[in-house]
Amino acid sequence: MSGGVDSAVAAARAVDAGHDVVGVHLALSRMPGTLRTGSRGCCTIEDSLDARRAAEKLGIPFYVWDFSERFRDDVVGDFVAEYAAGRTPNPCMRCNERIKFAAVLEKALALGFDAVATGHYAHIVTDAHGNRELHRASDEAKDQSYVLGVLTTEQLAHSMFPLGTTPSKAVVRAEAAERGFTVAQKPDSHDICFISDGDTRGWLAERIDPVQGAIVDRDGTTVGTHEGSSSFTVGQRRGLNLGVPAPDGRKRFVLEVRAKTNEVVVGPREALAIRQLSGSRFTWAGQDPVDSGITQPVDGEPGALHPFDCHVQVRAHADPVPAIARVSTLADVSSGDGNGNGNRTMQLVVDVIEPLFGVSPGQTAVVYVGTRVLGQCTIDRTVSADTVNAAPVSADSVSAAPVLTQGRS
Amino acid sequence: MIYLDHAATSPMPADLRDAYVAALELVGNPSSIHSAGQRARAALDDARARIATTLGVDAIEVTFTGGGTEAVNLGIKGLYWSRNSDTPRPRILVPRTEHHAALDAVEWLASHEGAELVWLEVDSLGFLMLDGLAAALGDGSDVALLTTLHANNEVGTLQPVAEAAALAAAVGVPVHVDAIAAYGQIRLDPLPPGVSAISISAHKIGGPVGVGALVVRRTAEVVPLLHGGGQQRGRSGTMDAAGAVTFALAAEHAHAELTTRATHKRMLRGRLAEGIRRHVPEAVLHGAAGAAVRELDADRAAELDALALPGTLHLTVPGAEGDSLLMLLDSRGIAVSTGSACQAGVPEPSHVLRAMGLSEADARGTLRVTVGPLTTTDDVDALVAALPDAVRRAQAAGLAGRTPRLGR
Repeated sequence: MSGGVDSAVAAARAVDAGHDVVGVHLALSRMPGTLRTGSRGCCTIEDSLDARRAAEKLGIPFYVWDFSERFRDDVVGDFVAEYAAGRTPNPCMRCNERIKFAAVLEKALALGFDAVATGHYAHIVTDAHGNRELHRASDEAKDQSYVLGVLTTEQLAHSMFPLGTTPSKAVVRAEAAERGFTVAQKPDSHDICFISDGDTRGWLAERIDPVQGAIVDRDGTTVGTHEGSSSFTVGQRRGLNLGVPAPDGRKRFVLEVRAKTNEVVVGPREALAIRQLSGSRFTWAGQDPVDSGITQPVDGEPGALHPFDCHVQVRAHADPVPAIARVSTLADVSSGDGNGNGNRTMQLVVDVIEPLFGVSPGQTAVVYVGTRVLGQCTIDRTVSADTVNAAPVSADSVSAAPVLTQGRS
Repeated sequence: MIYLDHAATSPMPADLRDAYVAALELVGNPSSIHSAGQRARAALDDARARIATTLGVDAIEVTFTGGGTEAVNLGIKGLYWSRNSDTPRPRILVPRTEHHAALDAVEWLASHEGAELVWLEVDSLGFLMLDGLAAALGDGSDVALLTTLHANNEVGTLQPVAEAAALAAAVGVPVHVDAIAAYGQIRLDPLPPGVSAISISAHKIGGPVGVGALVVRRTAEVVPLLHGGGQQRGRSGTMDAAGAVTFALAAEHAHAELTTRATHKRMLRGRLAEGIRRHVPEAVLHGAAGAAVRELDADRAAELDALALPGTLHLTVPGAEGDSLLMLLDSRGIAVSTGSACQAGVPEPSHVLRAMGLSEADARGTLRVTVGPLTTTDDVDALVAALPDAVRRAQAAGLAGRTPRLGR
């Protein structure tokens, strides 16, 4: 119970459904922020009090569980490290993956509870064989299945989302008001909860030593300087402060953040379009695609899956786009004899039908079949859709920037 | 519900509740000059005198406060300001194991008033080490005060207050004693010479919450925290006649039955300790009470037992978080405490156990069980019966919380 309206109503519905419910508020930070300001919606003392008040209304026991150390290591630390590596992480997904449905769930199971219920907008469907599937919420505008895409079969088996079939957030607010919850009209949270003033750039600058470096174009020509590459994300246009206009006079965007060389690569918007993304850290939410009857394994290549139609979503509020996904061997990191006999690493590869913008390494790609979340991967690599520069991206590159062919002028 | 958290607050018995309600019918402000005011004043003065009697002091030495924390703040800050009114005496001597009321007060003096904090060490059972105190006192010329608990609120160890006060008095340093956990549990009368001020509270002995007192000896002076009407020596604010009357009654009951209550609580504590040793052998019992249980020599065991609060048992269970144990016992209808300070409901590692030499990990899984005058053997037996399963689950949860397997 975060102290927000969603988890309060979710708890109320779990109580109404006849479950033996205990309210748990997670202490995720030891920041001395005491009162809520602006639209922030979690982690303050006031939020803790709001959550307690809702539990009191429901007449359920309420406890605060301290996961501040785990949160610091697994979410905040990961966030900083990912940015330092030139990637764009999603801390809310990491929190679901490592905290809410991992550390919290495991602690709860050990203490004798059966499930963790949250106020996420997502829907769990049980098929005829008792298999649990994660689906989009009825309210597509509030749907949060994307940030739950990291959940595995085991985690889904112990998860409950009582708001999943609610037609709209307005219904939840009305229900909260009817139940007498003080948080009925509390604003939604938008920002990253551990960055109290919402200034992500400033917050990161305090944690990652900014080192001045070059802003280069795709030819490698220096076009400007930056005050620290980790404060840039792929797709960003503002804040580049390039004195020299582009030769064609068009706006330039960040195409790639090269953490190793501390370079920021810029170029025209069309160079941001990608046609393929892939990642070796992938999971299936519930039954895998073969058991789900969606595709078949590839003969002679253990773990590999034939291509199948799907939709892919790359950000929490992005539209899903048609794509074809497959699982293949990531040959170039295989440590074997060069014949594929080594310690093979598999990757989820997603080819989008139409070029896709706004994709950055570190983001999570969630694969849907219809309304069902099939699985996800953290994006390691992308391949540009820029037809002028359609060469494949090198294996160790973690960028959307096309690799230039030699001798091109 | 089985209530085993009397150190947090002890339920008000029915006779005290009736007395409280009756006293609320006193209509006047004790400071008013009319007859209604004088009746309230009479009740309040009578209560002041009765509380003074339990401590062997004069009524003029008792200042009612709005609870224990205010008393501690007035004692510490009031003595500090008083001692610094003529010449700078910045040093405050304070054991590491104090209650947060004292810790936060001295920290505030350090950050706002230029106080220099001299932390005093305790031994592994929580006893203040007197040689360290003597060294810290020096000639006393730059020391504002010594503040110390009489009984530690977490582990129950009684401090060598008389010896410490004698050392301080020898160099002219005033001593504030936080006796909130001790008052009504053990006899404090006569107060050792050298004690300048002593804090007590009503709700720990069945009185109302929000009523406490600071006893300031005639020879000492405190600069007030609150300014307003000068109603009492060292404190302004309308006096709470009903609260004082109920406090006095609770204090009289506690002192009239001091020996029988203490004997009863020692019996329950011993039974609990024995049950825990048998059924949760990995549990570690802390403080003087814990040492008394482990001591093989009967005379030494009795000596240690006498140096602990009669009704407090404090333990840690390796690998189990204290708040998990608390929650599991709560779900069985048994109310206990982790004993340590809470920040928004999150128990911090016990600074008391840390000062007693335990690691941060070991100082995390604390459980404090405190019995009261109406606690029964059935109550403690129920705790002993519920504890092994709670410990098993809490240990599994502790492991999961630290190194989750899911999501990796």
